[in-house]
Amino acid sequence: MTTTDSPTGPATELQATEPGGGVSDVADLAAARPLRKDVWRRFKRNRLAMVGLALLILLVLTAIFADFIAPHSITDRDSTQFRKGPSGDHYFGTDTIGRDVFSRVVYGTRVSLKIGIAATTIALVIGLFLGAIAGFFGGLLDTLIMRVTDIFLAIPYIVLAVAIASVLGRSVNTVIFVLGFTGWLGICRIVRSSFLSLRQLEYVEAATALGYSRFRIMFRHILPNALQPIIVYGTIAVGSVILSEAALSFLGVGPVDPTPAWGLMVSDGKSLLAVSPHLLFFPGMAIFLTVLAFVFVGDGLRDALDPKLK
Amino acid sequence: MTLLPPSSREVLLSIRDLEAKFTTDDGVVRAVDGVSFDVHRGEVFAIVGESGSGKSVTAMTILGLIPTVEVDRGEILWKGRDLLTLSEEERRKIRGGEIAMIFQDPLTALNPVHTVGRQIGEMARVHEGLGKKDAMTRAVEMLDLVGIPEARARAKMYPHEFSGGMRQRAMIAMAITCKPDLLIADEPTTALDVTVQAQVLEVLIGIKDEIDSGIILITHDLGVVAGLADQVMVMYAGRQVEMGTTEEIFYESRHPYTLGLLASLPRLDDEGDEPLVPITGAPPSLIRRPPGCAFHPRCRFAQVPGLCNEDVPALRLVAGDAHRSACHYAETLEGVTVDTLRASVKESELVTADADTGEADA
Repeated sequence: MTTTDSPTGPATELQATEPGGGVSDVADLAAARPLRKDVWRRFKRNRLAMVGLALLILLVLTAIFADFIAPHSITDRDSTQFRKGPSGDHYFGTDTIGRDVFSRVVYGTRVSLKIGIAATTIALVIGLFLGAIAGFFGGLLDTLIMRVTDIFLAIPYIVLAVAIASVLGRSVNTVIFVLGFTGWLGICRIVRSSFLSLRQLEYVEAATALGYSRFRIMFRHILPNALQPIIVYGTIAVGSVILSEAALSFLGVGPVDPTPAWGLMVSDGKSLLAVSPHLLFFPGMAIFLTVLAFVFVGDGLRDALDPKLK
Repeated sequence: MTLLPPSSREVLLSIRDLEAKFTTDDGVVRAVDGVSFDVHRGEVFAIVGESGSGKSVTAMTILGLIPTVEVDRGEILWKGRDLLTLSEEERRKIRGGEIAMIFQDPLTALNPVHTVGRQIGEMARVHEGLGKKDAMTRAVEMLDLVGIPEARARAKMYPHEFSGGMRQRAMIAMAITCKPDLLIADEPTTALDVTVQAQVLEVLIGIKDEIDSGIILITHDLGVVAGLADQVMVMYAGRQVEMGTTEEIFYESRHPYTLGLLASLPRLDDEGDEPLVPITGAPPSLIRRPPGCAFHPRCRFAQVPGLCNEDVPALRLVAGDAHRSACHYAETLEGVTVDTLRASVKESELVTADADTGEADA
């Protein structure tokens, strides 16, 4: 974490100030707009991150244009084709009741991205809010919040998921709820530690001296400085949430058929691994590539956002 | 602009017998011990002292900026209202709006992720409810006022793109955005190059006249004080030791500590072979303060054993209208100047040097 240092790389800063160094080249200085360009420049240099980004873009496009990409409906059964391997009509083959696996995998991107993004957003909001309060105010409030996170850490989320699913019923929303409300612990701790160190800084004291409210100081002055690890963690978290969703589906507490959830498809195909491996391979591959894409992008962001790692 | 001397104008801030302490694991630190003073509109009031003398704590307590400080006694009257009795919300409105603070290190006091213009504009948005656009216009005006060239372009830059002097100007611009009545400048030039210091101070004083406010200048730099201050208060170990006009403090000082501070500085008319006279020893611990006058272990004039190590000297009027000193023997210091002090020390130092070598031989 850079704290008092500028968030940008020292390299561009030097380039910008070197020629002339006087007041006259204000325009040059302004042209060398730092942060965003600089981050993108460093991100581009990381091949894996670019592969991840390409995959992510592909995924998002697939989710948006699923209606045009998928050749069949996800519920239509082809009564002549049960558990057939990949062919010209069914690229990824058909499942046990004759549905097109390719179409189901394509529509599955929607389910996975929805769960990944929604659950991570819930986790981010809770984690940010509690972490910020704990780190900023300290004292009793901090102790209280940290003990609550400890308690949550001690509860296995899968057990919690089974319990909640049995009460609320199995659905995509239940999965989002469970993963969102169990996923905020890491973010809470990261935010808390950032706030703990940042609130000591002089510009926070200065903000107090200028008469700003605590709320404004927390979210306008401290939070932007604590954003780097949150962005990185959030990106990787989307991947891990998608993986958890697969795990839940596999255990039978995720969404129910006919929802085209990848984890559910893997689960349904597991008993037929020997006869029809394509039922397991394609949705499994989709999960694998999606999670990998988020992790690569997250790693790339971490390197790009932190000039100290260079 | 009025022609009246500042001291006869409206009293902005009146501190009465302020006592503030920290509680640490080692004991209670009396950071501010019975301090009283007035600041008038249009006046530069300097608080001088070495590190740990309580000057910053005094200033920060005015704004209520240090949560760990407990105020035991006293009043901080701001335009007649005691700040210590106000609610946090009421104090927050006074901070920045009526009393603004300029910090020592402008790099760390500016937020690295926001543009300078946005940070200055934020003051106007918070305290005057201006919109985004108007706030930016105001920020550019303010940057212009503190003498930053091409203010419009500069306002869009981040603090790290500014030089040290420009950052401090930006800090000043931020502090004066809402035309406060009092500016508290905590060592405003310490982090700057000597060449830039003068410019920044000039800006500060120019601004003071422009918005007709008062300034509390906290510093250990006597050069800065001599050039700018109207009134000077010298602090030692949490107490006021001397207070008076700048002339009184610099030319007719009635306290051994002030004299010591002055004698320890080189002067422009020195020829090069004059000795600098240090104040020997180290500042006392505020947890275990020496008995009597806190300065007596380091004092060249102390009568020990006697009054100096038994009785805490009170701040009392020693000359003129308002020249006060907290020394039992203030009257005997009349006629003692930096020159006589230097001369006397030259001899005695020689004597002790001889004695030292004699002892070493034996």
